[in-house]
Amino acid sequence: MPTQLELRHVSVAYGDRPVVAEVSFVLEQGAIGCLLGPSGCGKTTLLRAIAGFEPVSAGEVWLQGRRVSAPGQTLAPEQRRVGMVFQDFALFPHLTVEGNIGFGLRGVSRASRRARVAELLDLVGMADAARRYPHQLSGGMQQRVALARAMAPRPEILLLDEPFSSMDSELREGLAREIRELLKGDGITAVLVTHDQLEAFAMADQIAVIAQGRVHQWDTGFGLYHEPADRFVADFVGQGVLLPGRVVDERRVKIELGRVAGDKPHGLAMGQAVEVLIRPDDMLFDESSARRATVTGRAFRGAEYLYTLRLSSGTEVLCLVPSHHQHALGDDIGVRLQANHLVVFPVGSGPA
Amino acid sequence: MADLAIPAPAPAPALVQAFGRAAGSGWWGPGITILALLLALPVLVVVGFLFVPAGEVWRHLAETVLADYVANSLLLMAGVTLGTLIGGAGTAWLTSMCRFPGRRVFEWALLLPMAIPAYIIAYTYTGLLDFAGPVQTALRAATGWGVADYWFPQVRSLSGAVVMLSLVLYPYVYLLARAAFLGQSLCVLDVSRTLGNGPWRTFFTVALPLARPAIVAGLSLALMETLADYGTVQYFGIATFTTGIFRTWFGLGSASAAAQLSALLLGFVLVLILVERFSRRHARYHHTTQREQLIRRHHLTGPRALAAVGFCLVPVLFGFLIPAGQLTWWAASIARTAYDDAFLTLVLNTLALAVGTALLALLLALLLGYGRRLHPTWTVRTSVDAAGLGYAVPGTVIAIGVLVPFAWLDHGIDAWMQATLGISTGLLLSGTLVALVFAYLVRFLAVALQSVEAGLGKIRPSMDEAGRSLGYRPGEILRRIHIPMLRGSLLTALLLVFVDVLKELPATLVLRPFNFNTLAVRAYELAADERLADCAPAALTIVLAGLLPVILLSRSITRSRDADTA
Repeated sequence: MPTQLELRHVSVAYGDRPVVAEVSFVLEQGAIGCLLGPSGCGKTTLLRAIAGFEPVSAGEVWLQGRRVSAPGQTLAPEQRRVGMVFQDFALFPHLTVEGNIGFGLRGVSRASRRARVAELLDLVGMADAARRYPHQLSGGMQQRVALARAMAPRPEILLLDEPFSSMDSELREGLAREIRELLKGDGITAVLVTHDQLEAFAMADQIAVIAQGRVHQWDTGFGLYHEPADRFVADFVGQGVLLPGRVVDERRVKIELGRVAGDKPHGLAMGQAVEVLIRPDDMLFDESSARRATVTGRAFRGAEYLYTLRLSSGTEVLCLVPSHHQHALGDDIGVRLQANHLVVFPVGSGPA
Repeated sequence: MADLAIPAPAPAPALVQAFGRAAGSGWWGPGITILALLLALPVLVVVGFLFVPAGEVWRHLAETVLADYVANSLLLMAGVTLGTLIGGAGTAWLTSMCRFPGRRVFEWALLLPMAIPAYIIAYTYTGLLDFAGPVQTALRAATGWGVADYWFPQVRSLSGAVVMLSLVLYPYVYLLARAAFLGQSLCVLDVSRTLGNGPWRTFFTVALPLARPAIVAGLSLALMETLADYGTVQYFGIATFTTGIFRTWFGLGSASAAAQLSALLLGFVLVLILVERFSRRHARYHHTTQREQLIRRHHLTGPRALAAVGFCLVPVLFGFLIPAGQLTWWAASIARTAYDDAFLTLVLNTLALAVGTALLALLLALLLGYGRRLHPTWTVRTSVDAAGLGYAVPGTVIAIGVLVPFAWLDHGIDAWMQATLGISTGLLLSGTLVALVFAYLVRFLAVALQSVEAGLGKIRPSMDEAGRSLGYRPGEILRRIHIPMLRGSLLTALLLVFVDVLKELPATLVLRPFNFNTLAVRAYELAADERLADCAPAALTIVLAGLLPVILLSRSITRSRDADTA
């Protein structure tokens, strides 16, 4: 597959202050990438650098085999053929939905312009609202218009800056899936910026976890969750606790709950002190188990309960179980570890 | 304002592109600073006279009339404070928090008196209530009283001036207080009710204190207008700063004493500006919510509803319906002779002056507004603020501040030309339209600037970026996004400056070229000759034009009713 977007050691700075450092990744044609990170981590700045609104201080940005950004050389945004969906949508209030969507169709005949606008209106399910003005639309509808407007000129890449941040949480995931289907259906390459991991999981093929301007891991959602590259990713993505343990052999580690085995060698020395990531879904309730734990907290999640359990040593773990398993605070219950992969960090390998 | 938009011809692309290029250049900072300094010149000149040693004339003024000026100005301000507070805050509370017959009509009708300049309402009531006027004539006819048999309040007095000014200035308080009452979080009011306070107690202990900053801001605007008033106090023969400045300049022929009086007046204004700024800053914190909420209004019935209707009717009736009716009556009674060629010339003169000034003000406001948007450095921001300060400066003061440097410049050029070429150029700038238009710009630029900046504020930076990501260059974005989005604000700016120029009296009186009249000056001259009926056509034209911004305001009020179904 051809490479659509490539970042080579990209750094961005505001004046003397570095905001993004040494970011590299490659996005294939038709893939959806995501920049995931806490607010202020530099992810929006990186997106704006890809769009051409910010110059890079080091490194290069390549779009479809064309170098568009390098230090001292920034191709203007209007010459990049990028589509962008802004956080506040930035719809033009003086134009109708049609006018907004058709705005970027330049040098096209009236007929083909009308056809393309109609096609997009259909695609985003807004055909009934073609003549309305942005202020007459709900947030979700505005969002769809913003997306259609960005897609209309068939950009080489679509950039989405926190596109769901103004939505209700129930709407978010639905819309994210809906938009993913739209983009996949049209084979559009896209980069999404978000701080919400569920949004990232719902939309993206590849996700970059960014903190303090640095990419910690570039992986699929599954990979980030189950094989985090470092403590930051382990902590930022999903829930879980780190339990102390000791290396037993090249694949196994012993912790309080028993032995955990990985499917690949972990590469750590025998007997070394380590910490093992235990996710809530790695723990099971098992009344027949001899290993006991005390319920110290529980949060109702609808289909599941998230229990906090205190082990005999005093350390606490999280446990996710179907909500028909009812236990009161203080109950003593049997638990079992069922982890079929191993995430292990040597003790002292940096802050969690 | 989008519905105000009319199709405008597309501007020349070359111009737009040049603008786009200039936007990136380094000329904005110094250019805007120079422009702002130029516009601040009249005020600087007046303030500069504080450092000129006081002359004989000043000592004479200080010993004789200065105390009167100060006392009368303070009394006027005290009276107008009382009048506008009761009229403005009271009606604002009734229309925003209570439900009674006619409330929706009063919401906008209460703004109508804004259309009438104070001096015109003063002429009208003088004509109505004078000894020979219809009211006293009818009274005598009904009772058979003779000339000295009864007491009747004297309109042309200090208290008369207070009533006249209050009648046309209370809408400032009304507007800001209304916005504050509507913007208050209902929760706060509800909390007060749950803590056991009744509606009246809640109003006085919660709603009113929360709205106080807004009310004070509106009041300081009304008081600035009071200090700036010349037409009313001059006609009523009250010695205040503005009339004193005229007397000193034309009667005593002393520029420096007139300027020093002006500087003193500016001191009063400065206090008001500070009060207004301070209150507005607080007003912002006190608005607990952005969106207008559903307001559950107290339903007034029976005598209470009647009292509310009466309370709101008084300012509308006496501030607009009666004077406008009287003016119409007068204008109709002399219609056969009044609308002649001379009147047409008068109207055309005024229109040309007002349109020209409005266009220039718009151009300057655009330059300053874009300057601040594109280059928000400290110098640029401060300069733009300084250029907008003229709105608070009385026209009389600006007139003095324009006359002095222009005369100095003219004499300088004349002396130089005489010395080098032996020809006298006379007065090149003083007494020309250049001086007059410059004074208008100094006074009214803020009005245009405010509209333009409000319009620019609606164009979020992400919209520029959206345009660029869709393939448009900066110049094209100006043409395709900015101009269509700004059109309404630009028209508003034009309209507001246009109407302000139309109404302006004192600066025009001082600076107009010989034999050049505007509607306002003509009305003033005829009223001074006690030809009150004859001044009606000019006065009525001004009032009709003054209705335009009032209509704009009331439309925005009507539109904000969306959430308002109580």
